[in-house]
Amino acid sequence: MLIKLTGGTVYDPASGIDGQVQTLYVQDGRFVKQPAADVKIDKEYDLKGKVVMSGAIDMHTHIGGGKGNIARMLIPEDHRKDPVHRSDITRSGCGHAMPSSFTTGYRYAEMGYTAGFEPAVLPINARQAHMEMGDIPILDKGGYVMLGSDDYLLRMLTAKKDQKAINDYVAWTMNAAKAIGVKVVNPGGINAFKFNQRKLELDEQNAHYGVSPREILQVLATAVKELGVKHPLHVHGCNLGVPGNVETTLDTIQGIGGLPMHLTHIQFHSYGTEGDFKFSSGGAAIAEAINKNKNITADVGQILFGQTITASGDNMRQHANHGFASPNKWVCMDIECDAGCGVVPFKYRDQNFVNALQWAIGLEIFLLVDDPWRVFLTTDHPNGAPFTTYPHLIRLLMDKSFRNDMLATIHPEAQKMTTLASIDREYSLQEIAILTRAGAAKLIGLDDRGSLGEGAWADITVYTDNTDREKMFEKPDYVFKDGELVVVDGKVVHTTWGTTHIVRPEWDISVEQDLQKYFDRFMTMKVGNFKISDDEITEDGRGRLTTHTLNSIS
Amino acid sequence: MTEITEVPSPFCGIGVDDLTIQVDGLSLKVSANGCTVNTPAFEQAITDTSARVDGKKVSLDIAVAQAAELLRASNQPVIGGCATDVNGMRGIMAVADKAGAVVDNMNFTAARRNFLALQDTGWMNTTLAEIKNRCDYLLVVGVDLEGFAPRFFERYLWNKESMFLDDTSQRDVVYLGKAPSGGASTSPAGVKAKVLECADADLPEVMAVLRALVKSKKIVADSVCGIAVSDLQAVAEQLKAAKYGVVTWAAGALYFDQAELTVQMLSEMVKDINTMNTRCSGFPLGGKEGDQTANQVCGWISAYPARARFSSGFPEYDPFLYDTNAMLANGEADVLVWVQAFNSASVPPASDLPTIVVARSGMNFTKEPDVFIPVGTPGIDHVGHAYRLDNVVAIRLKKLRDSGLPSTAEVLNAIEHAL
Repeated sequence: MLIKLTGGTVYDPASGIDGQVQTLYVQDGRFVKQPAADVKIDKEYDLKGKVVMSGAIDMHTHIGGGKGNIARMLIPEDHRKDPVHRSDITRSGCGHAMPSSFTTGYRYAEMGYTAGFEPAVLPINARQAHMEMGDIPILDKGGYVMLGSDDYLLRMLTAKKDQKAINDYVAWTMNAAKAIGVKVVNPGGINAFKFNQRKLELDEQNAHYGVSPREILQVLATAVKELGVKHPLHVHGCNLGVPGNVETTLDTIQGIGGLPMHLTHIQFHSYGTEGDFKFSSGGAAIAEAINKNKNITADVGQILFGQTITASGDNMRQHANHGFASPNKWVCMDIECDAGCGVVPFKYRDQNFVNALQWAIGLEIFLLVDDPWRVFLTTDHPNGAPFTTYPHLIRLLMDKSFRNDMLATIHPEAQKMTTLASIDREYSLQEIAILTRAGAAKLIGLDDRGSLGEGAWADITVYTDNTDREKMFEKPDYVFKDGELVVVDGKVVHTTWGTTHIVRPEWDISVEQDLQKYFDRFMTMKVGNFKISDDEITEDGRGRLTTHTLNSIS
Repeated sequence: MTEITEVPSPFCGIGVDDLTIQVDGLSLKVSANGCTVNTPAFEQAITDTSARVDGKKVSLDIAVAQAAELLRASNQPVIGGCATDVNGMRGIMAVADKAGAVVDNMNFTAARRNFLALQDTGWMNTTLAEIKNRCDYLLVVGVDLEGFAPRFFERYLWNKESMFLDDTSQRDVVYLGKAPSGGASTSPAGVKAKVLECADADLPEVMAVLRALVKSKKIVADSVCGIAVSDLQAVAEQLKAAKYGVVTWAAGALYFDQAELTVQMLSEMVKDINTMNTRCSGFPLGGKEGDQTANQVCGWISAYPARARFSSGFPEYDPFLYDTNAMLANGEADVLVWVQAFNSASVPPASDLPTIVVARSGMNFTKEPDVFIPVGTPGIDHVGHAYRLDNVVAIRLKKLRDSGLPSTAEVLNAIEHAL
């Protein structure tokens, strides 16, 4: 099948194309060069005047894994407000804060997204993450495996195992859990909570292991780099949500010593303690640090007002914040000497000073980070807001007058505490394409995705240009996944099954001997039963695996 | 004959995966690490291998077509049982969506006691490996734990080594409500569990007093439901003094009205203790007959636990209305589908409705169903996934033999295609 996409205005930062009129050709799911004149075109789409980008990639969204399902179980009243009917081609479900798996796939696709990455895959819960994501249609998916509060790693650090041994363990875990990246959540803090520590500063020691978050970050960031994994260590830092945590975050950036590091939902880690309410914006300081330190990338974790539910591996901080639960119900779990989770419903209110300032801080960071290749568009779905708010968020970034209109409606004291009104920047379409496509694909290390160039997989979104960017981005004219038309006029017309993106870094076989002993002594399953085999992803006939290249290791 | 080691069990709920099983053709023998729950479940012989329609042997295709025919003619089918593996449950969800059925896991009326508490106030819970390595004080409320899971103590409490306890035999075990049926809870050092016995129906009162004592409220009475308040006071103090106390219960054992309030009382007490400068966790027991699996899969596909209705074209959850037994009793269903891949003794509820049974080989019926399709058992006849009681760990089930029986998923998917 040869498809011709004629005359669209193309924004493809990966190929350096910025708003040029081009015709694209797709054959067997990938972009190909213009065929000879006598080759038959099977289907042509006239895209004159339309905006063409590659399919969007959400590099941090909680779409698979146990805490998300706990979140679903916790709030039936939220689902009842957004029932999703089945159709001849789509399954029923529920939407809003924590949608069901099928609805997740449809609604992402209907916004022009073709991939989403679950950032908090507990090794012990990785099967569930993959099984849930296996029931998300259309999207490609993948996960970052969580380390840093697992007792095995902390025992290694206490025993002063060398970096090579840690690299082997990290690589082994990535393989066992079928991951494409490594995440650390409140480094060591989830573990410390099990020893009744209620906070953990960057240089504070775990009461049992005598290991600090800084050491954990150092060894894991080094492991990721030395293994050649392209996605830098994905860091949910210490002290999430704590006023004054901007200092912790700046210290984290400085302390990593130039190693590649991705700071996730950085908005939640950018708070000062100034002002009458002892809560202020650290947005400018954080943006400046990102601008200066080229090894640092960040996604924002923007909050938007309304009801949502927060689901995090950081049970230490979630427990500390349970008093804010709205409605007043919440779950915390300690999990398998591996990690934990905390699920707390939240209602962000524009007339609440803290929430209003959180909103402004996120936008400040977006607008003050100079390099669009190092900042990413997320709400930390569902924690800052459901992913369905992305078109609104894009409008806030692209439309200064709209942004200022919104700013004028929030808590008046918060308006005084933000510099937002003085920031003139408006994101361009090309910059949005970087944040949500080319940059995300590069950051995750996806080969042949996030680009409209020859050889890349044909994930394509076509929009009608509209000065109301929210309207434009919420309803694409067409979405193609691997060259197949899946969405027309913002509605799913056909469903497909995406791939699971992974990497397979190498490890020394001897690491498994120690792991086997550890599992037999302390864990509740055999190490052989812990590892996820390829066929677990593929045996249902829908799933498949795509293994990406690693950086060459010097 | 072959011998397969490290076999995980979907039957006991606690996810043991160290069984050794000898396979001789279709015959299985548990040769190591069996128990009274798992051994018979693995060793049960295959009897039925053929599908039946109206009691007559037919091909699988004909049985599937007849099942689809019954579902097509139905205004409100109900799919009960829902005892199968992840892929089987996915198949159930697809059929339910298309046929507009109710999906109702057979243990939901018990699990409802937990879900109502969860959905009202939440909880703080833990998992097996945390218990194995951290728990220094176990309070067992209203359940005979070793009757529930014969190997629980051996594997998770009296384990030789733990990462954070010098001597696991020093752990304290206290029973509140039911007394243990045997000696599994007696520590390797010979210390018997303390038992504060009361009737099940008295647990709401006893738990309320215990929580009050945890919160240092003054109790005027000397005893509550036959238990000395001073004994409960000691439990309260021990829970607060423990570094990592665990309070366990089984929703299925709480047979009294509004037991969800007792689950809530217990869970809120656990939360209270976590504000008293120590850690404490709840630990709900379940995981049998695929109940966690059903709730997890229904959870991600519909966003609701496994008592949901699809006849409006979208999922609706009601923990009371969509109870299979209630629907049958009230004449609210017109076709019954019973899916039970684990336990052939778990037959469908009595009903005059057209009935489709997709179940483990060997099920004996008082009334022959309209359609019976014997399926393989997950973890014996085909690979699969099943959730352990702690709801986090999905175990990878192995295929042990070639029985030729189809999986639940294959049958349900075929029915869905035929709809």
